[in-house]
Amino acid sequence: MAFEGLAERLQSTMKKITGKGKVSEQDVKEMTREVRLALLEADVNFKVVKDLIKRIKERAVGQEVMESLTPGQQVIKVVKEELSELMGGEQSKIAVADRPPTVIMMVGLQGAGKTTTTGKLANHLRKKHNRSPLLVAADVYRPAAVDQLETVGQQLGMPVFSKGTDANPVDIAKEAIEQAKNEHNDYVIIDTAGRLHVDENLMDELDQIKAAVKPDEIFLVADAMTGQDAVNVAESFNEQLELSGVVLTKLDGDTRGGAALSIRAVTGKPIKFAGMGEKLDQLEAFHPEGMASRILGM
Amino acid sequence: ARYRKVDEDFFEELEEVLIAADVGVNTVMDLVDELKMEVKRQNIKDTKEIKDVISEKLVDIYYGDDDEEVEQLHLRDDELSVILVVGVNGVGKTTSIGKLAHQLQQDGKNVMLAAGDTFRAGAIEQLDIWGERAGVDVIKQSEGSDPAAVIYDGIKSAKSRNADVLICDTAGRLQNKVNLMNELAKVKRVIEREVPGAPHEVLLVLDATTGQNALSQAKTFSDATDVSGIVLTKLDGTAKGGIVLAIRNELQIPVKFVGLGEQVEDLEQFDAHAFVYGLFADLLEGDEE
Ligand SMILES: Nc1nc2c(ncn2[C@@H]2O[C@H](COP(=O)(O)OP(=O)(O)OP(=O)(O)O)[C@@H](O)[C@H]2O)c(=O)[nH]1
Ligand SMILES: Nc1nc2c(ncn2[C@@H]2O[C@H](COP(=O)(O)OP(=O)(O)OP(=O)(O)O)[C@@H](O)[C@H]2O)c(=O)[nH]1
Ligand SMILES: [K+]
Ligand SMILES: [Mg+2]
Ligand SMILES: [Mg+2]
Repeated sequence: MAFEGLAERLQSTMKKITGKGKVSEQDVKEMTREVRLALLEADVNFKVVKDLIKRIKERAVGQEVMESLTPGQQVIKVVKEELSELMGGEQSKIAVADRPPTVIMMVGLQGAGKTTTTGKLANHLRKKHNRSPLLVAADVYRPAAVDQLETVGQQLGMPVFSKGTDANPVDIAKEAIEQAKNEHNDYVIIDTAGRLHVDENLMDELDQIKAAVKPDEIFLVADAMTGQDAVNVAESFNEQLELSGVVLTKLDGDTRGGAALSIRAVTGKPIKFAGMGEKLDQLEAFHPEGMASRILGM
Repeated sequence: ARYRKVDEDFFEELEEVLIAADVGVNTVMDLVDELKMEVKRQNIKDTKEIKDVISEKLVDIYYGDDDEEVEQLHLRDDELSVILVVGVNGVGKTTSIGKLAHQLQQDGKNVMLAAGDTFRAGAIEQLDIWGERAGVDVIKQSEGSDPAAVIYDGIKSAKSRNADVLICDTAGRLQNKVNLMNELAKVKRVIEREVPGAPHEVLLVLDATTGQNALSQAKTFSDATDVSGIVLTKLDGTAKGGIVLAIRNELQIPVKFVGLGEQVEDLEQFDAHAFVYGLFADLLEGDEE
C-alpha cells in the first residue's frame, strides 16, 4: 500500500536537512507536515490532528529538536509522547457493583461487534475473575440477533436471557436483572441493537434502558477501521449516555487504527479492551503505547 | 443567496471537508491543486461558480476515462447468473443480499440465496429471515459445514429449479487473513467450474464508516476474487464513504449500489454525481443561507 511509516517519511525529509548542518524553522515545518500526513492516512480525525500538530510544532521549534544532533528522532520522540499522553494509561478494569449483579451495557453502530464482544467479555469475566454472567438479548430488531446471542451462549455454556423479538428492550433488560438476582448471576451483560448515533428514537431507547437498569458500565463498541466519522459517533454516544469505556474491535486486521485516537480525544474515556478475532477468547487488554506506534506505522 | 469569495480560506475548508468525508489526504491535495489552477484559468471569484467545477473534477477522478455505464449489474438473460458477495466482518453483506434479492425479485427474476457463511453464530438464520422478507428460497447446510460445499449445493439447486439469479453469502473476513482469503478463492473456483462465465458479479461490500483501510480491502479482495463492483452501505449515517473515489481511481472498481438503511427497500443504484456532491455539500450549503 501507499502508506509509509512515519519513521521512513521523516528519514527522507531529514536527508534534505542533513548537509545543511542546522535545523531551521522551515525544516521543522516540513517535518510536522509529514507527521500530519501520517496521522491523516491513519484515519485520525482532522480536528484531532490539528490540535496535535499545534502542540508538536510548539515543542519542535524549541531546543529539544532544533538543537539536537538527531532532529528526526527527536521529532518522533515528541510525537510519540504527545500521542501517548492523549491515549492515556492502560486500563482494563471492569466495575464491580456493591450489590450484585454488576450491569454492563453494550452500545454502538451496526456491525461494530457488540454481540460478539458481549460473549467475549462474559468469557473473560468467567476465566479471569471467576464470575458467572448472564447474557441479555435486547436486540429485537436485527434479523436473528437473538439466535446469534443464544448460539454464543451455547458455545460458552452460559445462560442467555431472551424474550424473543416482540418484547420491548427496556422490559427485557429489567426482567433480566430480576432473573440474575434469582439465579445468582453476578454480572449481567446487555447486548443492544446496533444503531446510528443520529437516530433519535433508538438513542432514546438506550437512555430508557440506562434509566431502568442503572448500568455500572456502558461500553461503546467501535470498529478499529472507522474513519473520520469516529468522532461524531463517539461524541454522540458519550453525550447521550455518558460512556464508561470503549472496546475497539477488529484490531486483528491491518488498519492503522487512528479511530482510537479520535475516540479517546473526544470522549476522554479509556479504551479498555481490544477485539483480536472472531473467536470468543480473542479479547485482550488494550495497550495505549502499542497503539501509538501502530498508528504511526512503526 | 450570498456567496463567499474563493480564497485560501475557502480552499483550506474544502480540504478539511473532503478529508472529513474520508476521501484521503493525498487525493484531496491533488484535487485542491488542480482546482486552484482551474479557478485561475476560468477567473472564478465566488463559490456560486465553483460548485460545478468541484463536482466535475471529483466525477473525473471517479470515472477516469470510463463511460458511465459501469453501475449496471451484468447478468444473463437466458441462463443462471451467479453473484458472489464478499467483504470484511459486519459491513452489511447479508443485509445487502436480502435487499438485492428483493429488488431482483421485483424485477421479475427468479432469485435464490446460498448461505455460504457457515461460521458466524446466527448467520444462517439471519439469511433465512432475509429470504423470507424477499420471498426467495435459501439453500443452506448446518453451521460449521464447508462453505464451498454449500455454494456447490446452491448452484445445483438453482440449476434444477431454473433460477435466474443465485446470490451467494459468505462469512466476513479481514483481508489480512491469508487462509480465509484462500477459502474465498476456492469458493469462487467452484462457481467458475460449475457455471461457465460465472460468477457474473463479485460484489465487495464496504461500510461507508470505514476509513483508509477500505482501499486495502478492495485491493486484497480483488486479488482473491476479482471484484466487479462495490456495495457502499450505511450511507444513512453521517459518514460519507469518500474512499470509494480512490478505489475507483486506483483499482477501477465501480460502486454499483448504496445501502441507506436496514429495511428491505433501502438499497439504491449508485449515482456518482449525487454522491460527489454529497462529499462537499456541507461546505456550500452553509453559505447559501
Ligand atoms: N476479525 C474480527 N472480527 C470481529 C471482531 N469482533 C467482531 N467481529 C466480527 O464482526 C462481525 C459483526 O459482529 P457482531 O458481534 O455481530 O456485531 P454487532 O455490533 O453485534 O452487530 P449488530 O448487532 O448488527 O449491530 C461478525 O462477523 C463478527 O464475527 C474482532 O475483534 N475481530
Ligand atoms: N444503518 C444501516 N445499517 C445497515 C446497512 N446495511 C447493513 N446494516 C446493518 O449492519 C449490521 C451488519 O449487517 P450484516 O448484513 O449482518 O453484515 P455482514 O457483512 O453480513 O456481517 P458478517 O456476516 O458478520 O460479516 C446489521 O445490523 C445491519 O442491519 C445500511 O445500509 N444502513
Ligand atoms: K463496521
Ligand atoms: Mg449484535
Ligand atoms: Mg453476514
